Amino acid sequence: MAQTSSLAEENSSTPLSSQQSIILRIARYNPEHDSAKKFMEFNIPYEKWTTVLEAILEVKKHLDHSVAVRYSCRQATCGSCGMIINGKPRLACFTKISELNSNIITVEPMNNFPIIRDLAVKFERLFDTHHKVKPYIIRDDTEITTSTKEFLQSPEELEKYIQFSNCIKCGLCNSACPTMATDSSFVGPQALAQAYRYVADSRDKGKDDRLKIIDDSHGIWRCHFAGSCSQVCPKGVDPAMGIQLLRGYMLGFRS
Amino acid sequence: MKIHYGTALAAVALVAVHILMRLTQGFAESLEYDSVIANYKFIPYAGMLEIILILLSIHGFNGLRVILLELKQGKTYEKAVSYGCVAAMIALIVYGSRTIIMVNTGMT
Amino acid sequence: MTNQDEHKEGIGGMINPRRYGIERVAYLLMRLSGLGLLAYFIAHIYETSSILKGQVGWNEFLELTQTNAGHAILAIVIGMCVFHTVNGIRVMLGHGGVGVGKPARPDYPYYPASQNIRHKMGIYSAIILAAIAMMYGLAVMFGE
Repeated sequence: MAQTSSLAEENSSTPLSSQQSIILRIARYNPEHDSAKKFMEFNIPYEKWTTVLEAILEVKKHLDHSVAVRYSCRQATCGSCGMIINGKPRLACFTKISELNSNIITVEPMNNFPIIRDLAVKFERLFDTHHKVKPYIIRDDTEITTSTKEFLQSPEELEKYIQFSNCIKCGLCNSACPTMATDSSFVGPQALAQAYRYVADSRDKGKDDRLKIIDDSHGIWRCHFAGSCSQVCPKGVDPAMGIQLLRGYMLGFRS
Repeated sequence: MKIHYGTALAAVALVAVHILMRLTQGFAESLEYDSVIANYKFIPYAGMLEIILILLSIHGFNGLRVILLELKQGKTYEKAVSYGCVAAMIALIVYGSRTIIMVNTGMT
Repeated sequence: MTNQDEHKEGIGGMINPRRYGIERVAYLLMRLSGLGLLAYFIAHIYETSSILKGQVGWNEFLELTQTNAGHAILAIVIGMCVFHTVNGIRVMLGHGGVGVGKPARPDYPYYPASQNIRHKMGIYSAIILAAIAMMYGLAVMFGE
């Protein structure tokens, strides 16, 4: 069922300057009573700086309050607004309508995540796989007991893993991964990249523990370096790099 | 996975030799009955064919096993796929080895 | 949990090479060429066993394969073999962390270092070499 609706008349102190508008197609699905996804269409005006999230919120404000969408920071920091935009996983707050070069913008919930409703998905699997790789510094002593009262680390040592600590757990990588598309047991690029983040951290002593966890038939060996995770990562984490560097340890390329 | 890489690298060199044999002899001439029999009777070449057979069977069926394991999960299914692929691997190696050994020993 | 509950893309997602660049295309071609080569390998082992039937059996097999269709199939196999080999070597090196770049502080626009020109060139080389090998193979087979 599709409906094309326009903005309701509103008294506003800031008149819209743009004559440009797009059709925003939003996937609607409530697992409690819908058997399949359906799309609803909305006619939304936009400026060159308008993001997809702003367009969706315009729909919620004026046209259909019931659209379910998760969002928070609006500045690509929290990782809440991941969704499929014109076929590719992206953050809605970080994607401008003008850069999509299309009159029709289709937004759908992220693949490989169970749907709660409409554009909101469940993150339990991502949290579970992330937790599985022990995403914390593992060592026997604590900073309190050292004479320096902190674990010292040089800038060079920091450079080795800081890229991977930029992960905002948005799940776009897990959505793009071709293995995640079919393998329910795969750990996923997000967890593997985080495993590398800690293995590469000079303060961490849990490398052997983590390598044992990911040395599994549905662990690191199910990654085939398709690179889609890195293509979609909005923070430059480049999970594909982390996973191959991590695999280098297991194949003997690195010690 | 190390088996997958190892068999691949080893097979590349040997398959290249196998293909070059066809090209250096002349493609059509190399496929004549007497020429093929002579190849099989030459022990180093027959040995090379046997090694290629083993390496590529392992590499090929391991690759198939990887693809099938990613398509569906579950203890029973995964066991069935793994054992099935190993069985197919062994069957192919046995069948191919039968050809090589029988021709080499003149049992055609 | 069923496919619908998990909202997995399914096999359509695995075989869709669009949206993510040449690396995803290479992933798909690697799988397709691998399966194609496995099928050819099994057929090859079976068809070459016809030598056990003597000259008559062998000639029967040649009548089947030394045809235009047979040569065309063999040319495709040559292409698949060369692509799978060259791309396989690239992937193996990548898996070992070779050529995937060095970790560094990411900066906008966050281009991923692992999806670099070296690996892209590796993929394109594999495709070009496969095409050249196919053309050479066709020249040899149809030239005689």
